Amino acid sequence: MASLKLKGISKRFGDVVALSNINLPIDDGEFCVLLGPSGCGKSTLLQIVAGLTSQDEGSVFVNNQPVDHLSPRDRDVAMVFQSYALYPHMTVAQNLGFGLRMRGIHKDTIWKRITEAANLLGIHDLLKRRPRELSGGQRQRVAMGRALVRRPQLFLLDEPLSNLDAMLRINVRLELMRLHKQIQGTILYVTHDQVEAMTLGDKVVIMKAGSIHQIDRPETIYDRPADTFVASFIGSPAMNLFQGNLIRAKRGFIFQSADFSLNLQDIPLNFKENTIEIGIRPEDIEISHGSENELKAKVEIISNVGSEKYIHTRIGSATITARARKEETFLSGETISLGINPSKLHIFYNGKRI
Amino acid sequence: MMKGFPKKFLFIIGVFLAAGFSLAPFLWFVLSAFKDQTQITAIPPQWLPSFSMESFSSAVTRYGIIHYLLNSAIVAGSATMVTITLGTLAGYALARLPRRWAQIILMGILACAMFPQIAIVGPIWRFLRFMGWLNTYQGLIFPYVALTLPLAVWILTLFFREMPEELEAAALVDGCTRLGSLVRVIVPLSAPGLFTAAILSFIYAWNEFFLALLIMTDPARQTMPVGIALFQGEHTIPWGEIAAASFITTAPLIFMVLLFQRRIVTGLSAGAIKG
Amino acid sequence: MTRKDQNFYLALLVPAIAVLLLFIAAPIVHSFFLSFHRIIIGLPQLKTPFVGLDNYRELLNDPVARHSFWVTIIFVGTTTFFELLIGILLALLIHHRFPGRGALRACVLIPWAIPTVVSAQMWRFLFNDAYGVINYAIFGANISHYIPWLALPPTALLSIVVADIWKTSSFAALLILAGLQVIPEELYQAAKVDGAVVWQRFLHITWPLIRPALLVALLFRTIDAFRVFDLAFVMTQGGPADATNVLQLYGYKKMFVEGWMGYGSAISVCIFIMVMVLAIAYVRMVGRRLLEASV
Repeated sequence: MASLKLKGISKRFGDVVALSNINLPIDDGEFCVLLGPSGCGKSTLLQIVAGLTSQDEGSVFVNNQPVDHLSPRDRDVAMVFQSYALYPHMTVAQNLGFGLRMRGIHKDTIWKRITEAANLLGIHDLLKRRPRELSGGQRQRVAMGRALVRRPQLFLLDEPLSNLDAMLRINVRLELMRLHKQIQGTILYVTHDQVEAMTLGDKVVIMKAGSIHQIDRPETIYDRPADTFVASFIGSPAMNLFQGNLIRAKRGFIFQSADFSLNLQDIPLNFKENTIEIGIRPEDIEISHGSENELKAKVEIISNVGSEKYIHTRIGSATITARARKEETFLSGETISLGINPSKLHIFYNGKRI
Repeated sequence: MMKGFPKKFLFIIGVFLAAGFSLAPFLWFVLSAFKDQTQITAIPPQWLPSFSMESFSSAVTRYGIIHYLLNSAIVAGSATMVTITLGTLAGYALARLPRRWAQIILMGILACAMFPQIAIVGPIWRFLRFMGWLNTYQGLIFPYVALTLPLAVWILTLFFREMPEELEAAALVDGCTRLGSLVRVIVPLSAPGLFTAAILSFIYAWNEFFLALLIMTDPARQTMPVGIALFQGEHTIPWGEIAAASFITTAPLIFMVLLFQRRIVTGLSAGAIKG
Repeated sequence: MTRKDQNFYLALLVPAIAVLLLFIAAPIVHSFFLSFHRIIIGLPQLKTPFVGLDNYRELLNDPVARHSFWVTIIFVGTTTFFELLIGILLALLIHHRFPGRGALRACVLIPWAIPTVVSAQMWRFLFNDAYGVINYAIFGANISHYIPWLALPPTALLSIVVADIWKTSSFAALLILAGLQVIPEELYQAAKVDGAVVWQRFLHITWPLIRPALLVALLFRTIDAFRVFDLAFVMTQGGPADATNVLQLYGYKKMFVEGWMGYGSAISVCIFIMVMVLAIAYVRMVGRRLLEASV
């Protein structure tokens, strides 16, 4: 296994900037997830690491050695593609062994490795079949097997679960975690699904439009998003974000938006008066039918997801979503009061956390 | 392994070789249309033409190129129109009929495209003589329709298969008859496919020689390919005029190729793709 | 689908099928019929007696026919081989994404688009023994050394082979290109990552996956090559000494130049049978599944 370091990677396609100054260190054995919306450049980055595309600027280091001049073959990486890219005219066994055959490894070794991987992934009865005879889940496993068999320094996975149905996705995700524990490989994993990212990754990299917004452990990203993009991207339903002014009051500050104001008095803020954004997650809002809390909001829509309820309310022109326990009942049109714990607030200036 | 340089170099050479291989002979030949008589047969070859138009004027006045052109246009144009009409109907039907039937019928139609022309031409000639249609436009147009139908039907069937059946369903619900939905909804939407089939049929009919040679023996009715093949000079081969005639006859084709190469490539490879 | 709908669709088929039956199927059958008779065009007073298999017997003993058959076979073999070879190379070239790719494709299409007779005249000009540019390219201004390509038996056949290769390689290239284009790019990426170098990728990925397209190209080309006529007619008229007297040309001469329609029909029936045998053998070889999948 190996460590991976990306320094200053940039890539343009014509006028479009795909990647801009990407710096990312990944330790040996780490499971690193690149998360971001479509078009943020994460797949391009993966291709650069694999050597399939070359970057315009910057370097890729594997085990602290620059590999930029090496072809994919010589970089000793294995890749699992979104569409699996199984060779349609070869059997599963031949698919698994292809990479080893190309490197001239001895037949017996190849066969040993194939059976090992096949047993690990539970596909050993499929060895003689062809890809078109397999289900989506089986094909996915063969794709992973092809990577495992190679015993590479680095595993690159490009949205490997996105073509699976929801149930299968959850199962395979668990298997991936199990596999990672077993083989302890260094993995660079690309996805747009935040649940995948948060459950699988040791380290999550949030990307948007070619730049990295935050690199951290999943919990940190959730609890302390670095900017408003990360804050609204992670967490479902999304964090409530409001723009307004910070006004100095007798004790501390007051947040004033067009629709409501919030007393921030207990928060230690070393800041001037300014236009800021604040965010609060639905689960951090306290709801009461009475008037104990600060904000009076009108209930518009109630989403019942079974294990809990999400109440979408309105204050003036702003909408706030709060989480309620499933036993609580609400009426559309009802006025409720929402309490916000200042210590759970996220405060952003110019988009960035303060 | 070193990336890039030698591979790129070889590639560029390959591209130029391919382009040269395809164009050079033809360009050299057509250039003769712009040379004067002595230049054409000169050794060493004269690379730069003198831009004389004498071959063209001779071709028109002495050899009557224009009326050959007209005949070709009439025959190829009419045949194409008929083929597209019949082909559209047939292609649509084959796209909607049950697979099994469609397969058999299509294979039969395809087989018709594989027959050697000579096996057809004898009886056709007798038939046309019997009908008094030798040396008439329809005498050539009908066989041409038969010759261009297989490819046209093939392309159109594949094309119509791609069109969702919901469109006709919507038209039917809106009150059209089946024929009406075909004419009002399907056909206008299938312009690209029709166009491709038309281009390929036209090119085939425009270039056809064997049947034209046999059916049109009267020079007044002959098409361009026959004219060009039978070009006789008094003492020497009239290369200038032949080249001029070739230029005139291929100009519209080249124009079509340049404009519609995407469609042509799609149409020609229609069969190979699905396989 | 209701009965009514079915009838509608079948009705749509009628005009096209009628034309094909009338102008292709019926003539073929009629050719068979004619081949059993003795017919001389231009001498109607001789009537057209039924002669059974006489024409075929004559054909079997006809040395010119036999020679014609071999000439055609050689033509088919050489042109098909080279056209597929060049076709693969051209297809690989065009498949690459590069600026000017459209221009290259247009260039390559032009030989296909021009009439065969024009191409034939063109090669006649190029192979000319006094001022042809091919002779010039080989021998320079040394006119006395020039080869009369179209007047010597071995080189005459070579000339029409070259002419055909020039004209139809692009068609083969297009068919193969279609096959290339369905191969997903990701397969090559996976192979690169798996460690395959260029020739390995060609051998293990490209070649197996273009085989269907290759076979289609092979089928079309072989059948078309069997039917060669225009080139031989314009370039050499079948000569010298029957060196390029391909089957359809021979049949044409017998039927329309000499007027032996019955005999000519026997020749055309033989050609027909040969082509059909080829097509059937091909379908056998490739498997009905493949053909059905494309139909």
